[in-house]
Amino acid sequence: MHSTAHEFGPYGGRYVPETLVPALDELSEALERYWNDPEFREELSAYHRNVIGRPTPLTFASRISEELGARVYVKREDLCHTGSHKLNNALGQALLARKMGKTRIIAETGAGQHGVATATVCAMFGMECVVYMGEEDVRRQEINVFRMRLLGAEVVPVSSGTKTLKDATNEAMRDWVTNVHNTHYIVGSCVGPHPYPLMVRRFQQVIGEETRVQIVEKEGRLPDAVLACVGGGSNAIGIFSAFVPDESVQLIGVEAGGRGLESGEHAAPLNAGSPGVLHGALSYLMQDAHGQVLPTHSISAGLDYPGVGPEHSYLKDSGRALYVSATDEEALDAFVWLSRMEGLIPAFESAHAFAELRKRRWEPGSVVVVNLSGRGDKDMAVAHQLLGV
Amino acid sequence: MNTLAQTFETLADKNERALVCFVTAGDPDLDQLPEILRTLAEAGCDVIEVGIPFSDPIADGPTIQASSQRALDRGVTPQAVLDTLRPIAQDLPPIVLMTYTNIAMRPGFVEFAKQAREAGVSGVILSDMIPEEAGEWIRAARDEALDTIFLVAPTSTERRVQLASEASTGFVYCVSRTGVTGAGNEVPADVVQTVARVKTYCTLPVCVGFGISTPDHVRMVSSVAEGAVVGSALVDLLAGGWPENASRVREFVSALKQATRS
Repeated sequence: MHSTAHEFGPYGGRYVPETLVPALDELSEALERYWNDPEFREELSAYHRNVIGRPTPLTFASRISEELGARVYVKREDLCHTGSHKLNNALGQALLARKMGKTRIIAETGAGQHGVATATVCAMFGMECVVYMGEEDVRRQEINVFRMRLLGAEVVPVSSGTKTLKDATNEAMRDWVTNVHNTHYIVGSCVGPHPYPLMVRRFQQVIGEETRVQIVEKEGRLPDAVLACVGGGSNAIGIFSAFVPDESVQLIGVEAGGRGLESGEHAAPLNAGSPGVLHGALSYLMQDAHGQVLPTHSISAGLDYPGVGPEHSYLKDSGRALYVSATDEEALDAFVWLSRMEGLIPAFESAHAFAELRKRRWEPGSVVVVNLSGRGDKDMAVAHQLLGV
Repeated sequence: MNTLAQTFETLADKNERALVCFVTAGDPDLDQLPEILRTLAEAGCDVIEVGIPFSDPIADGPTIQASSQRALDRGVTPQAVLDTLRPIAQDLPPIVLMTYTNIAMRPGFVEFAKQAREAGVSGVILSDMIPEEAGEWIRAARDEALDTIFLVAPTSTERRVQLASEASTGFVYCVSRTGVTGAGNEVPADVVQTVARVKTYCTLPVCVGFGISTPDHVRMVSSVAEGAVVGSALVDLLAGGWPENASRVREFVSALKQATRS
């Protein structure tokens, strides 16, 4: 028997300290109330247009299309204000938090994109903002650390455990347990206890809704495949959700293969993990035989996470979506490829989706959409070091 | 070996409250655990909480996080902890395991409960398990006559206090404050109300934990609840060195126990 909080087959749920449950109940209630409130949706929609810059374009990638023999379109979440799809969610949650009377916002961040998005909305709304970030990520994403501080957020480096996203999330949850009376925790991906996976999907599903309209406008039909990278999986669930009912559309999620699945040094729980509980939800997880969560590796800080959103676990088990992986090397190659072929410099995270696009055999004339979840500016220092260009 | 129920009954007859002591299994080394637990028992500890370390202890503050990490770095596994407890449990006060859901879920709740019972454990606390999620876990634990202890927090609504009270056996764990584990300066006064709320829904003993680190804290808790849980303060003392700190541990625990009698 599971609670009603398991809405993705057996996955999801609420595995959290008791202290947080009333706050999660309050959040569920607020989410249902405002999501179904036309006034709130119009307010959100106005922010989409006037702040984020939505709808984002769906760009035809002509040179890549020619090379692959498919018709490839790129959903341009890299053009969102702050440089990635993360603002869709941060803005939605901050609006809710404001309605709920919370004055203090906390967040975790890996690559720093969610941290920057959260710091941005907090600056807009005049809210106190604390962002937890693993020490290792603070080092490799220093530009984003500076951006967050510039925006007025406090960035707290986390030195426990693996010093990456997983431990930053642990620390954010501990802060929330302690300060739950005035604080809202803006979780950055479709992970965490109910209602977070549902809420984050709702705030990200605008990506898929726009894409569906745009592709039908341009091609007169639905795409044959939709590709997106998957760390926690929020950009992927955002673009997938509009196509889930359309069985003809193949949904392909690309996890971080790191140094290769066989090396064990990767961040691909859907490919090489098993169901377990981390950060409040039951989902696929990289864990050892005793239930300890395993360290992960990826070139991309945003995918460097041992868990994944429960809805992806469900889509995997049901066979509705296919989950594959791309190695660091393949992602880096795709990063250069996309830059030179289309003039689009992707975030390392998004480059994983393009690596799979490039690897895969496409039927001539097939229509493919890839979600470019963020731009690559934040990765310039590491790319420079690795490529020496 | 006594059950939790028998232990609390005996204490009530003597007009004493329970001193519950938490230690992280594997910090110091697992080889030392039997001697540490015997020392705690001799010094007056009534219920022993043994923490099985988990890689991501979101309900724990810096002291127990660091202690868990040290234990994991030494290669401690749940299996090794149970193997260590099995030969000694019958000569000790009731043992309650404290860990996180994933540790119990990995082998399967049924198997975990069976192994815990075979190791002589009396009850289990899963820090991130709430009653609504616990159906399968409670059935597995009941089949092995293990007590399931749930937590009540100051933020818990009436309905949630009732849920936790009804899902618990052995005792109800009342969290003294919103926050993570760790020694505190004083016990928040509203713990009195939280304990009283639990008492309206069940007749089980109530133990108060989080931030309880001195005899004064234990005395305060003993005036309102059946037991006080001391964790981080003891973990710190043990981490200072064993057996070097053995006599300090003994004195500390005796002083805490003394405070349950006044």
